[in-house]
Amino acid sequence: MRFEGSSEYVATPDLMLAVNAAITLKRPLLVKGEPGTGKTMLAVEVAKSLGVPLLEWHVKSTTKAQQGLYEYDAVSRLRDSQLGDPRVQDIRNYIVQGTLWQAFSADHPVVLLIDEVDKADIEFPNDLLREIDRMEFYVYETRELVRAKHRPIVFITSNNEKELPDAFLRRCFFHYIRFPDKETMERIVEVHYPTLKKTLLREALDVFFEIRDVPGMKKKPSTSELLDWLKLLLAEDIPQEALRSKDRKTIIPPLHGALLKNEQDVHLFERLVFMSRSGKQ
Amino acid sequence: MLIDFFLKLKSHKLPVSVKEYLTLLEALKQGVIGQSIDDFYYLSRAALVKDEANFDKFDRAFAEFWDGVETIPGIDAQIPLEWLLKQAELSLTEEEKAKIEALGGWDKLMETLRQRLEKQKARHQGGNKWIGTAGTSPFGAHGYNPEGVRIGQNKSRHRSAVKVWDQREYRNLDDSVELGTRNIKVALRRLRRFARQGAPDEFDLDTTISSTARKAYLDIHMRPERRNTVKVLLLLDIGGTMDDHISLCEELFSAAKTEFKHLEHFYFHNCLYDYVWKDNRRRHTERTRTWDLLHKYGHDYKVIFVGDATMSPYEILQPGGSVEYSNDEPGAVWIKRFTDIYSKCVWLNPEPEDIWGYRQSVNIMRELMGGRMYPTTLSGLERAMRALAR
Repeated sequence: MRFEGSSEYVATPDLMLAVNAAITLKRPLLVKGEPGTGKTMLAVEVAKSLGVPLLEWHVKSTTKAQQGLYEYDAVSRLRDSQLGDPRVQDIRNYIVQGTLWQAFSADHPVVLLIDEVDKADIEFPNDLLREIDRMEFYVYETRELVRAKHRPIVFITSNNEKELPDAFLRRCFFHYIRFPDKETMERIVEVHYPTLKKTLLREALDVFFEIRDVPGMKKKPSTSELLDWLKLLLAEDIPQEALRSKDRKTIIPPLHGALLKNEQDVHLFERLVFMSRSGKQ
Repeated sequence: MLIDFFLKLKSHKLPVSVKEYLTLLEALKQGVIGQSIDDFYYLSRAALVKDEANFDKFDRAFAEFWDGVETIPGIDAQIPLEWLLKQAELSLTEEEKAKIEALGGWDKLMETLRQRLEKQKARHQGGNKWIGTAGTSPFGAHGYNPEGVRIGQNKSRHRSAVKVWDQREYRNLDDSVELGTRNIKVALRRLRRFARQGAPDEFDLDTTISSTARKAYLDIHMRPERRNTVKVLLLLDIGGTMDDHISLCEELFSAAKTEFKHLEHFYFHNCLYDYVWKDNRRRHTERTRTWDLLHKYGHDYKVIFVGDATMSPYEILQPGGSVEYSNDEPGAVWIKRFTDIYSKCVWLNPEPEDIWGYRQSVNIMRELMGGRMYPTTLSGLERAMRALAR
């Protein structure tokens, strides 16, 4: 199994290599990067291009490691016991399988995505060390050992909100998705909107990188925001001249709400654009 | 195999472990990559480095190991000489090269560069002779000399010519002093303290089970949701010497605003006296008595002062020392009142830590704060938050 990028996902050589190393060695791949650079999409696309199912585990601040393995549904069992349901005799009926268990017990290799691992409690990654390393865990209620039939291809994404423990990091491959440069960005846009006119694209990218370069921006627009914006531009059929307009009223790129998400940024941008463009004339 | 490489990384203070090294060897054995050195670079980075902040260190170690290039003391710590020359060559257009001829030719320029590199011992910025950034010397980056040799600016489009690790693209990720809003938010998050307060609207499974077991009938228990209950009082120095740090304060403020539910902020000038204010434009008309602050906000508030603490020592120690108006009590008394009431109290200073020692007022203020003064770098902020959370 090798990942070579896909028709909907542009992978740089270094990303491809990291993914292939993770696939070959069956080690988890930890992916970090700016928000909106396609960390989550990577797992989706790898699963799609390898033709294997994808299991997703989205982590929240309240998620416990145990929930990924299994949960013992005490409340149902309590209710059943009060109603005299015969199912209550077997504890197995009340063990709910988590995402990891499903991935381990699958009959063929799967891609497992553990999304935003840094959102969880600081102990979360530590609680998963053995599961990630040996791909097995023990169910105390039924006294059985669940071991992976096929080691799943694990992708873990992080937004750097918490430091991950070293012991956890040692077991992973690591890749940092850089913000794409102009050429890569052009390829990404082409993949998503093949009908986009070349000149319009160039103009739009110029505007986009100009906005990213504005100093003091609170939240820089990311790849996914650019794609949203282009979608809007296409839908509204904005002529390319409008992007470079020198007119006072339309000095801000049209539909900039898709790119700038903070009213302070919009204000700052308005002022800067006005200053620089009026200076050029 | 590759043990020297591993040791080289270790000597560059990269946190690499034997397990990761063995993983790399296993990957090589399994034939993940071909013979290309670029592939090896990517693979070894994915296997050995687990933090993008260490990428730059890795790049340097990698370059040193594979090229055996010499490092020059001085400019920007460690840039291989070869890299500088190659980079300079690539950055020049034909016209620029023609202009260089006018100056005595490429070789002469390079010769001069070499001589200056030998002479120069310290990092340099500005000026018109030495190699550094933003100057008018022919050597250095972001400068104005048309014959200039661009060093370390790395705007080249000729990707294939420069080796990947030589581009040092991850350099600014390494820069621990750079503070973005996001970084600040992450640092402030250390101060989270969750507690259950308010209306019970969440089902409490554990208590329900144990209570049901004890009472032998279904006994439902509810509890309030977990919320971040930390309360913060932010006091910002504004005007005068703080003008240099406006953007930093803005970032800090906007990050803090989204991070804490209970955040109150007030401004003061240089040192804390009888009055503070909320809106800097109406500072003389709408001000709040500092006593009211002490009475209104309970001792469980955490207080963060932001200021450079740079002023005349009289402004802290003498009555009437304020530059705003004549104050009856010295600023030191007010600071002491705050530290007495609020046990969790820190001072963030945007000036670099190493110059604090030369300023008398900073030392006085630091002493008043019981040593709890931290720089506004990422690590300083983390230290401050840890002190507040303790």
